[in-house]
Amino acid sequence: MTVMFNVRSVVWALVIVSLMLLPLYSSVSGNIFILTLFTRIVIFALAAVSLNLIMGYGGMMSFGHAAYLGIGGYAVGILAYEGIGSGFIQWPVALLASALFALVIGALSLRTRGVYFIMITLAFAQMAYYIASGMARYGGDDGLTIYKRSDFGGLINLSDRTQFYYVCLACLFGGIYLVWRIVNSRFGLVVQGVRSNEQRMEAIGFHANRYRLVCFVISGMMCGLAGALLATNTDFVSPSIMYWTRSGDLMVMVILGGIGSLFGPVIGTILFLVLEESLSQVTEFSGIIIGPLLLLIVLFARGGIDGWLGRLRRG
Amino acid sequence: MLLVVEQLLNGLQFGLLLFLLAAGLTLVFGIMDFVNLAHGSLYMMGAYFAATFAAWTGSFIIGIVLALGATLLLGMVLEYVALRHLYGRDHLDQVLGTFGLILFFNDAVRLIWGPAGLSLPLPAWLTVPIQIVPGVFYPSYRLAIIAVSLVVAALLYLVVMRTRVGMLIRAGASNREMIGALGINIRLLFTLVFGLGAALAGLAGLMQAPILTVQIGMGENILILAFVIIVIGGIGSIRGAFLAAIFVGMIDTLGRAYAPDLLRHLLSPTAASTAAPALSSMLIYLLMAIVLVVRPEGLFPASKR
Repeated sequence: MTVMFNVRSVVWALVIVSLMLLPLYSSVSGNIFILTLFTRIVIFALAAVSLNLIMGYGGMMSFGHAAYLGIGGYAVGILAYEGIGSGFIQWPVALLASALFALVIGALSLRTRGVYFIMITLAFAQMAYYIASGMARYGGDDGLTIYKRSDFGGLINLSDRTQFYYVCLACLFGGIYLVWRIVNSRFGLVVQGVRSNEQRMEAIGFHANRYRLVCFVISGMMCGLAGALLATNTDFVSPSIMYWTRSGDLMVMVILGGIGSLFGPVIGTILFLVLEESLSQVTEFSGIIIGPLLLLIVLFARGGIDGWLGRLRRG
Repeated sequence: MLLVVEQLLNGLQFGLLLFLLAAGLTLVFGIMDFVNLAHGSLYMMGAYFAATFAAWTGSFIIGIVLALGATLLLGMVLEYVALRHLYGRDHLDQVLGTFGLILFFNDAVRLIWGPAGLSLPLPAWLTVPIQIVPGVFYPSYRLAIIAVSLVVAALLYLVVMRTRVGMLIRAGASNREMIGALGINIRLLFTLVFGLGAALAGLAGLMQAPILTVQIGMGENILILAFVIIVIGGIGSIRGAFLAAIFVGMIDTLGRAYAPDLLRHLLSPTAASTAAPALSSMLIYLLMAIVLVVRPEGLFPASKR
């Protein structure tokens, strides 16, 4: 058997097919809960995939990625509040706002490396959090309810549960495809080269930080899209969407699934959110279990689920 | 004018408190190259221990002393059981592992003490206002915080710069392998330093407890401020942490006190009251951004390794 038929590929294929068939199962079994849960999962998976692009391939450990969730979400929420309901305006604005924020934050943060970078991105995300809390017109701490979902003419109806799920899934697959294309392009190779040895890349004549910055902005836009979807999903956006523990959750999803692996973050997200959901039904103190579990994963399971699957090669 | 004196003292007091928290963080980072997000949890535990022990013993002072010991012990146990396995790992691993600890501590506290906050009442002799300048009264407890923090900062300086343990700590910061090779029990040293950092965080938490309520998550926002401080001051530098902490404490306090009035001159009253809290929270991060643009290594970078 060749590499094509290893356990990993089989698992990925199963995950993709199950995600695509999920609404069918939901409507046949009448289990609506699973569809809403997985809509959330798919959206967070997109955010995790975007974080993986800079963390796994670019070596940029952003601890402030939830900020883009907030920016995307607030872009949609604020425009809806101000009476601009068209999705053709809302969503591009969400993307643009995230890109702009990523550009400014990235340009400043990328002057630093390592643990400084982790803390800077964290601090900037907290800044965004405080700004959102201070916007009294848009609900401040209490958040902003979105009374009407984005209007895409007659094209798609986001209020339809199944249609919305497929929109999210399409965004996720699109995101994964984009990451795959980026990683295998010349641009992506330069970014990965910078991760392994920045000095050498500089010596060859690449402006390492420019490549990093572009990568950072692309990732921010992708996460902004996830934010717009997340706000639409709950019809609500509040500062807590970008609280710093949310950024930590995103990092956990990436690490759990396998950092620097194309599909890893998707598996990581599914595992993390399903675990969180089932634990919350058993006990209200889920952190007592998740916390030490996280520590154990960091200590013993390097490479995440994807790394583990890769080692289970058959034949 | 009198209000300004009061606000300056408030800023100093908050800055010194931040220093206690940042000192432990930067000490642990400088010597063990370890990022500890759970430092804020130790701050919280210090406050919870103090509130509990004070209620049990009925004495504020005994409660505080017991709480300090308990936080020191907790820090050392934590280091021994879990965190020492994360030394030498990637910073990302350390961030995630200690992030897990935050989740654990928050829910463990909720399980043990319940979701409602606790309070740590002050003894009567600490509640009398003291006249510092003719006409200006200042809470004696806040003065006590300033005094205790200054004494602790001075002690910390003496220990690190003038004692044998301090010499080992500084040697460990500049070359860990070498002092291990010279026959120093580096593991024990690390455990001690971590315990010291935990006790400092606990001290900050329990001193803040009577001013604010003791509640879950109280360590998180202040932890991020402590991070900002060690980034501004230069990671691993205690002197940098001290100056940056005072600076940040002042900016935060004065910003909160005067930003609304300043903005009122520029904007309409409603817009000012909306923008002011956001602006004063942002000021610190703006300061950090400026420092990073000018000196990416912080204002007082510790010696290069």
